[in-house]
Amino acid sequence: MERMPIYLDYSATTPVDPRVAEKMIPYLTESYGNPASRSHPYGWTAEKAVEDARKEVAKLVNADPREIVWTSGATESDNLAIKGAANFYSGKGKHIITVATEHKAVIDPVRELERQGFTATFIEPNDDGLVDIETFKAAIQPDTVLASVMLVNNEIGVVQDIEAIGNVCRENGIIFHVDAAQATGKVTIDLGKLPVDLMSFSAHKTYGPKGVGALYVRRKPRIRIEAQMHGGGHERGMRSGTLAPHQIVGMGEAFRIARLEMAEENARIQTLHDRLLNGLQKIEETYVNGDLTHRVPHNLNISFNYVEGESLIMAIKGIAVSSGSACTSASLEPSYVLRALGRTDELAHSSIRFSIGRFTTEADVDYTIKLLAEKIGKLRELSPLWEMFQDGIDISKVEWAAH
Amino acid sequence: MANVYFDHNSTTALKPTVLEAMLPYMTKQHGNPTSQHSYGRSAREAIEQARQQVAKATGAQANQVVFTASGTEANNFAVTGIASNLNQTQILTSSIEHPCVSNPAKAMQHRGWQSNSIKVDANGSLDLMAFQKQLEAPTDLVSVMMANNETGAIQNIVRIVELASRKKAFIHTDAVQALGKINVNFTEMNVHAMTISSHKIGGPLGAGALVLNKRVDIQPLLLGGGQEKGLRSGTENIAAIVGFGAACELAKQELSNFASHTLMLRQYLEVGLHRTDAIIFGQKSNRLPNTSFFAFKNIDGETLVTALDKLGFAVASGSACSSASSEPSHVLLAMGVNPDLARGAIRVSFNADNTKQQVADFLKALKQALQDLRQMTAVAA
Repeated sequence: MERMPIYLDYSATTPVDPRVAEKMIPYLTESYGNPASRSHPYGWTAEKAVEDARKEVAKLVNADPREIVWTSGATESDNLAIKGAANFYSGKGKHIITVATEHKAVIDPVRELERQGFTATFIEPNDDGLVDIETFKAAIQPDTVLASVMLVNNEIGVVQDIEAIGNVCRENGIIFHVDAAQATGKVTIDLGKLPVDLMSFSAHKTYGPKGVGALYVRRKPRIRIEAQMHGGGHERGMRSGTLAPHQIVGMGEAFRIARLEMAEENARIQTLHDRLLNGLQKIEETYVNGDLTHRVPHNLNISFNYVEGESLIMAIKGIAVSSGSACTSASLEPSYVLRALGRTDELAHSSIRFSIGRFTTEADVDYTIKLLAEKIGKLRELSPLWEMFQDGIDISKVEWAAH
Repeated sequence: MANVYFDHNSTTALKPTVLEAMLPYMTKQHGNPTSQHSYGRSAREAIEQARQQVAKATGAQANQVVFTASGTEANNFAVTGIASNLNQTQILTSSIEHPCVSNPAKAMQHRGWQSNSIKVDANGSLDLMAFQKQLEAPTDLVSVMMANNETGAIQNIVRIVELASRKKAFIHTDAVQALGKINVNFTEMNVHAMTISSHKIGGPLGAGALVLNKRVDIQPLLLGGGQEKGLRSGTENIAAIVGFGAACELAKQELSNFASHTLMLRQYLEVGLHRTDAIIFGQKSNRLPNTSFFAFKNIDGETLVTALDKLGFAVASGSACSSASSEPSHVLLAMGVNPDLARGAIRVSFNADNTKQQVADFLKALKQALQDLRQMTAVAA
């Protein structure tokens, strides 16, 4: 087998923490009951495990366990929150506000609702990726019923001021959904205080398994959603389908570890982040995407000017990173998030998202800095644009002759 | 704690070789299949291999397999997704469908559809005459399960497809209970969509699939990252999908053994039951080999199941999904069974690991439990 590259793509997915895997295994072997089976202990054991995990997920975000609904992942949580709330409250209004830099799992359901007769405003963030509260207020219409703003952006790692936006939503009677898939274990979330009605979570971005997530649905004041998956009436009718105890147990354990260790872990990751940033900023013509203060230390998104994105990715095979978010990297379109920040197509194309996590070491960071400096140097040596830039020519003003 | 498990229609234990196939994807092989680097690539390859395995076990082509998180999701996806892109006419579903078919069908009524159910006879087989009559009204979607989870009754899908095709209706079948127990062949059945699930065949919970004819224009249930060719967004649950693939391969290899062994066990069980006053449901229909559903007059099913549990046997008092409620089984009511008798129903479902000795012990335990319960009732009276 080829040697695997150094993994710096924790925002795409995290490895399962070995402690989490260990907790999951018994539910794959001896404790295999269906939690809905009420008539024998196989079912009871599974049900208890599911409820214990629900408490752990609730605890990380200071919610009531009864406010946690299991799903198959954050994509389903986002779909359920947006379509579910919009459909349930469509009598109150049919306008939705969201942000141009949201994940596709938010944007696409909103687009679908537009086809069904809703209207939507996609707010453009500032160039630093942050949503201006005045812009948000200005987007509100008399029939605005739902708003969705993500807590931590998956591509650029910026942290939005959810509290301020939530307060505006409260004042205007707007249901407020927050995609927190990238936030758990990275920022403190206190749903006891935050004015948020619905919040999406994912396990596999926080060292849990893929295939499980949750949706927080506020009880006081009670928020209602229309189920998108019908059937056995699991999860108090909000989401039917046999629950997978091993995955749920994994998510519970992952969130428990996050709660206990996040303070210490984030301090360590901040150090690595600063080291990486300092190292990469020594390379000329680099641009950090997204605000550096309102940001999780786990993410560093940098555009390297005068190198071509694809060649850069090919040149740095020794590390596993993303050029744009994993979910859209199959396409060659420049990242819509970076474009919303006002980056040119060229800069968007030559951007790399480094995301660091629990198992990243100082040596990994140092290797990455060295690799980037070397490869970018080489690529630029071959680049006529770089030569022109070195000669002081403003490339944006060059008039290219047609062939 | 029960030590004999006779509830395999509810969920099955993960097969050891399936777990082995999954483990690397729960630990070292952690890539996101959408990522471009080698972690992503190896995840992607694993998913495609599983897709081949699933296709082979179901007589389908790999590109017809759309992975979902469960059978419930696949059923919702089929019914809601197909109906959403059609003119609103009539959806017909059998009266014994799992709620994850009948409930989404009912929900389409809010969107202008007529949702009607098709009768079954006293043995739990679809009433084909009634079905034909209902098809006289414009009908664009029909969903009938291949085999019922409670009685095990196998439907005559060939005939159902024949009738529905004349009306150009789309046909979906829920084959969750059929897979691994009887031969399932998507291409031969000629249905447009078919649901299967991993955890009923020795695979893990958390994976299912909708096998889909590519001519069907279907609206996705989950929108976002565009996974599964845009039909099912959301990061793939690789470990579960790999396990599902491995379980499908095993199920195909073990099918004939499963069928003959569990049929032998059931015959043994039912011979024993005939010596009691048990009423066996759907006995005259073509049934899954591993399933027996029966009741005793004046005995409450829940109570009997609890008593059997204390004696070491895990059985079901109805389908797991509805065992939370004390309502009598909707399947039995649809078959015209008296509600009081229906409340007494218990289901035994075997797999290939169960033994004749276990069945013999179960029959003894059952006799014991019945005696105790009847004595208690007599004392109370």
